[in-house]
Amino acid sequence: MATEREPPPLGDAEQTDFKELEDGEDLFISTASTLESSPTSPEPASHPAEDICANSNGPQPAEISLDDDLEDLFAEATEEVSLDSPEREPILSDEPSPAITPVTPTALVTPRVEPKTIFVPAMFERSKEELEEEANGDSFDMEIVVSDPEKVGDGMNAYMAYKVTTKTSLTIFNENEFSVKRRFSDFLGLHSKLATKYMHIGYIVPPAPEKSIVGMTKVKVGKEDSSSTEFVEKRRAALERYLERTVKHPTLLHDPDVMQFLESSELPRAVSTQALSGAGILRMVNKAAEAVNKMTIKMNESDAWFEEKQQQFENLDQQLRKLHTSVESLVCHRKELSVNTAAFAKSAAMLGNSEDHTALSRALSQLAEVEEKIDQLHQEQAYADFYLFAELLSDYVRLLTAVKGVFDQRMKTWQKWQDAQAMLQKKREAESKLQFANKPDKLQQAKDEIREWEGKVQQGERDFEQISKTIRKEVGRFEKERVRDFKAVIIKYLESLVQTQQQLIKYWEAFLPEAKAIA
Amino acid sequence: MMDAGIEDNSNHNFSGYDVRVTDAAQNGDTFVYVIKSQQIPSDTEYRVEREFEDFEWLHHCLLTQEGVTGLHGIIFPPLPAKPGTFLSNSEAKTKKKIESLAMVDDWQMYCRALEEYLHLVTAHTVLIKNPAVHSFLKHRELPIKTKVKKGIFNKLTQAVEELRKEHHKDIDDFFQNERDSNLTLTAFTKAAVEKFLEIVLTEQKIAIACGHFSTALHLGIGQDDDPADYAFAKMCLKLSEVLDTVKKNFEKVAENDLNTLGFNLELHSRFQDAEKEMLFRRTCKLVDVETANKNLGQAKPHKKAAMEDIKKAADKEFDEISGMAKVEIQRYHRERVRAFQKALIELSDSQLQTARECCVELKQQLAEFKQLCAE
Repeated sequence: MATEREPPPLGDAEQTDFKELEDGEDLFISTASTLESSPTSPEPASHPAEDICANSNGPQPAEISLDDDLEDLFAEATEEVSLDSPEREPILSDEPSPAITPVTPTALVTPRVEPKTIFVPAMFERSKEELEEEANGDSFDMEIVVSDPEKVGDGMNAYMAYKVTTKTSLTIFNENEFSVKRRFSDFLGLHSKLATKYMHIGYIVPPAPEKSIVGMTKVKVGKEDSSSTEFVEKRRAALERYLERTVKHPTLLHDPDVMQFLESSELPRAVSTQALSGAGILRMVNKAAEAVNKMTIKMNESDAWFEEKQQQFENLDQQLRKLHTSVESLVCHRKELSVNTAAFAKSAAMLGNSEDHTALSRALSQLAEVEEKIDQLHQEQAYADFYLFAELLSDYVRLLTAVKGVFDQRMKTWQKWQDAQAMLQKKREAESKLQFANKPDKLQQAKDEIREWEGKVQQGERDFEQISKTIRKEVGRFEKERVRDFKAVIIKYLESLVQTQQQLIKYWEAFLPEAKAIA
Repeated sequence: MMDAGIEDNSNHNFSGYDVRVTDAAQNGDTFVYVIKSQQIPSDTEYRVEREFEDFEWLHHCLLTQEGVTGLHGIIFPPLPAKPGTFLSNSEAKTKKKIESLAMVDDWQMYCRALEEYLHLVTAHTVLIKNPAVHSFLKHRELPIKTKVKKGIFNKLTQAVEELRKEHHKDIDDFFQNERDSNLTLTAFTKAAVEKFLEIVLTEQKIAIACGHFSTALHLGIGQDDDPADYAFAKMCLKLSEVLDTVKKNFEKVAENDLNTLGFNLELHSRFQDAEKEMLFRRTCKLVDVETANKNLGQAKPHKKAAMEDIKKAADKEFDEISGMAKVEIQRYHRERVRAFQKALIELSDSQLQTARECCVELKQQLAEFKQLCAE
């Protein structure tokens, strides 16, 4: 246990910690997650010690084994534990390191940690938006790679196992680098759990990649052609993007299901995600029912922001779909070009072979080679078109569905509140009626019920306000993400275009002297 | 009026003429081509209007000229295929296969093909002497022509007889080799033309797709009040500019392909056919010679003299044809290699230039984009 203690990475973990604790109230109310879901609270308190070490002549302090401390901490802490709680320090200062002396956190500012606010109690007054900004502004110190698709099993029971490797310096995880094997249904299971936990309180949970019965069947049956390898690659990339998006969300990152998914070698099999299972069909039916319900909820929108946003997202959805169609057409033609170029390269080679004039023959063979290389270029560019653009666009179209879902949840929450109010009204009326009838026990019951429903109305209002607040924040985050994502992709895409041209220049520059040499 | 590119003919085998097909105009359901020519070193420029039918007439006259030694040993410059309607880009999208330049791109390419034909004719030392050429270039009206019959001289007729004669073994190694290599080269050249023109077509399709993508990016650009939407809109507009660049690039790439290697391959595919026809004519003559010899050997004494005469005539013709053919073949290969070289140089040159231009533009737009995002 006495290992080197290192300061947490550039502040990122801290902010998420604090944000997490603020949200912790929500989590604890509405989810079944246990106290373990709150992350490394010991972090901030470790700074004072760290700083002391930097100043002291003593040996470096030990690194806290977080698991043990987490358990201890939560055993003693209350739900709303404030970070500068005095309870923390004694625990930490029990660490077997002579150089550590407890110091009040507020006195210290560790140069390595950016947000000084960690040590300031007033931190809690900082808006969630500001924390968000910092969390997003710093480099997100976590890298997830999905790789090595492997077919496991035979026939229709076969499946693809993917290796999920996580590299991170976030201390909420046990190690810095670890990998596990997961299958597609595991990802779906994860999403299903997250959606159940978070969507109804307004969090935009990134959607999992889509099932494809046709594609998967080909793989199972063992069709070793390019279309099934393409399918697997497409899926692999989609799973990677899915995980990256999920962990970018500060709340979801610390969710125990997410952490378990990334870390633990064995995962209980998610059975209800099968496409044609009973659960699957039930889900479809529910979705349909929900759609119908949605149409009948007429909400008194007191906040124009929500209406505007919904319209805006509707427009965005349309635009993205159209763009996606355009890109797909482009991808298709580029692939065609690649095929045609390859065919011509072969023709040119044959022409060169049957040509008697030696210099011309050589030049034609060179031309064939150039065309082959250009064919490769076209293929690569087509992949760039596809994996950069088309997939990004379809990811966002599905994300927007999740966003819409969250807005719908808000309406449902509002409806619930309204229903509670209506019920309360009824109960009150019933009570006043009972006032004149002479039934004391019924009257008491009525009064009890009124109290019950008053509570429910209050809760409904609170829920509604909370979800509205959460959605605002989530939408803000989504908007930032969207701009950032597209910006990054477009830049990558432009760079790929430039690179293609540069390669073309190289090829033609090399060929020109060959052509001139035909005497 | 549309204008065809003016080709510099001075690189070619020297022609006493400077011929240009400068315009093409639709007249009912035919096209009328404006041909301007000038005999070097004279200053007089002639301008005539011709339809495709007139070209066919000219070709026929060339093939049937009387009194030319070894006429049938000439590899006649091939006439471009009869034009259909020139395909617009949208039609090109739906066409599955392109068989000739007459179907690709537009009238400009076709005019160039006709021009090339006339240049080749006027550059040929024997053909230029045909008075029909002068009529064609100078006279307002051409002599009344009967419907050109596709005779045996410019069209291989009965297929069975063709096959038999085509494979008739030659007495001369030089010619046998030439016939064999012609057979292979013709097949490969045709395949190469087809594939190459497919490339051009796909390049044009990509240009169109880029155009659509670019337009789609303009959608939804409206509300500027939301900062995310505004940033997004700015990015889309910039990306749209980039796609316009890509579109222009692909159009240029397709044009380069077509103007250089495309044109050359297509012309030489037809030339291979012309050589094949010439070799076939000679082979037919060879068969005649061998038949005459056989007849002479089998002839009854009183017919011997007549058979002798026939044999002598056949021999003479055959020798003349072979003589002309040899010269033509050598000239043909020289020309072919030279033209190929020119085309390949022009291809790589133009593509190199286009790639460089595009690269510069894209780099600039990339920098602008990064700048935009930093704001």
